[in-house]
Amino acid sequence: MNASARNNAAAWQEQPKRRSSLLGEMRRDKYLYLLILPGLLYFLIFKYYPMWGIVIAFQDYSPYAGIWNSSWIGFDHFERFFTNPSFYLLFRNTMMISLLNLVFFFPLPILLALTMNEVRNGIFKRVIQSVVYLPHFLSWVIIAGITFLLLSQSSGIVNLILEFFGLPKIAFLTNENYFWGLLTAQNIWKESGWGTIIFLAAITGIDPQLYEAAKMDGASRIRQIWHVTLPGIRNVIVILLILRLGHIMDVGFEQVFLMTNGAVANVADVFETYVYRNGIQQGQFSYTTAVGLFKSVIGLALVVFTNWLAKRFGQEGVY
Amino acid sequence: MRESLGDRAFGIINMIFLVITGLATLFPLYYVFVVSFTDPSEYIEKSGFVLFPSQWSFGAYEYLMSTSAFVRATGVSAFLATVGTALSLIVTAAFSFGLSRKRLRGRRPLLLMVLFSILFHPGIIPQYLLVRDAGLINSVWSLIIPVLTSGWYVILMKSFFDSIPAELEEAAMIDGCNDLGTFFRIILPLSAASLAAFGLFYAVAYWNTFFNAVLYITDFTKVPLQIVLRNMLIDSDTAVGGASAMEMSSDKQLPTQTIKMAAVVISTLPILLVYPFLQKHFTKGVMLGSVKG
Repeated sequence: MNASARNNAAAWQEQPKRRSSLLGEMRRDKYLYLLILPGLLYFLIFKYYPMWGIVIAFQDYSPYAGIWNSSWIGFDHFERFFTNPSFYLLFRNTMMISLLNLVFFFPLPILLALTMNEVRNGIFKRVIQSVVYLPHFLSWVIIAGITFLLLSQSSGIVNLILEFFGLPKIAFLTNENYFWGLLTAQNIWKESGWGTIIFLAAITGIDPQLYEAAKMDGASRIRQIWHVTLPGIRNVIVILLILRLGHIMDVGFEQVFLMTNGAVANVADVFETYVYRNGIQQGQFSYTTAVGLFKSVIGLALVVFTNWLAKRFGQEGVY
Repeated sequence: MRESLGDRAFGIINMIFLVITGLATLFPLYYVFVVSFTDPSEYIEKSGFVLFPSQWSFGAYEYLMSTSAFVRATGVSAFLATVGTALSLIVTAAFSFGLSRKRLRGRRPLLLMVLFSILFHPGIIPQYLLVRDAGLINSVWSLIIPVLTSGWYVILMKSFFDSIPAELEEAAMIDGCNDLGTFFRIILPLSAASLAAFGLFYAVAYWNTFFNAVLYITDFTKVPLQIVLRNMLIDSDTAVGGASAMEMSSDKQLPTQTIKMAAVVISTLPILLVYPFLQKHFTKGVMLGSVKG
């Protein structure tokens, strides 16, 4: 064993007992610090430095004056935002899209996981899993694109079928009444399969003896699901539900951005699209930073609260 | 095995339900795939009701490959998916590994810092201003650096590294390895499954880069594939960077639908090709170290 290796090993093994100096420790672990350096720099520069940018929400920011020389106007932007009738629209659209997702999307991965779990044939199960996981990896551009291709009023296959049966064509993409449903349907197609992963994992954690007991009592498979499987994953379901509520303000931005158009703008506009349009496109930097800040703060409060709630329910939250 | 009639019926209904689900998932993709290979005249003749082309035509693909805009954009996305993924994986793995070592000073604050960055972000405006001030506008690096490391993956990977026993490190140390050596020669090879899973996630994210390009790239010669795709599919314009779809072929008229479908197929292809190989890895990767996916 050479000298430096012995030193390394010695320093290592003595670590918990010896009172070493900070500098000494850092020198010994210098390569460890080197390893974390790029990641650390990334977080400091691209995650934390922009947080300073929040101050422009309280300023009348001018790109020429910069942050230091723009005048301070306090909560003016927030006042303007809360009294703007758009605010109600943005809030309503966000809530409706999230709510529809909660009611129609959330139960589906559970249902799917339950049915997938009941499959005896290993090959069939794997094939089905591969198939339903797939849409999760497609980009929203692709999914919106496919939606357009299939539902377009002039040339989409769905409308062509309607036409074939003598029915009037439906303007799926430009009709306000279809928008929220369309978004939910897209989400279901894209994420139901992927969502089963966590429930399938939870199901494997159920004690097989419970199934034995149920079978001895003469339970059919359906009853077994109802009395053993579902209660067994009840915890996971509740936790996930609570966590999802914490993200109720987060509506898929790319999805809405791609699907929105002039005709459906009233039901499609959400906070992020509003910020993009007024901020990036129209240059109202401070005002939209204030809007973004509002949403982020609410989001943070929701997530922290729901995590606390989930913890109280008996398991760890995200942290 | 004595299986009651009710159970057998249930089993069959179960299978039928799953088969229908599978078909419903696949049908849109299948339809797009099939039409992309359909001869334009057949498409018009059947008014779009093509379930299987009587004749496989590559016209739409030939057209796309001949347009510089489409090929260039594919190249940009390929660059992102390879270089970007490699960089992201290395930085994430190194960072997570360091954070998993208890002897790292400042470990707890760093973890909190990562966690907080997941829970709160200042919005797209401050981020945009930063990228602009850093001179990255219209650079392909604006699509890599601002998204280099996902805090969420750091936490998941760290959980994974936590499970690597300290004895391995000790043995390496005794053999004369420093932390760098241990990391590259022992830890990384051991983490192949985890790296494969997160590598796939990063690669897909990079390949699907869209909105960041909307924000940061105004030069059309530098946009990634998803932008070109969006222009073709959603703005109802099959003109790929100027050339009209009708100009493309001298004798045949190519319906714009076929070209759009071919574009979708090409951009989905890499994911489809890589997917079967990595499927077994990513389900494990998702569950490693975390119950909440």
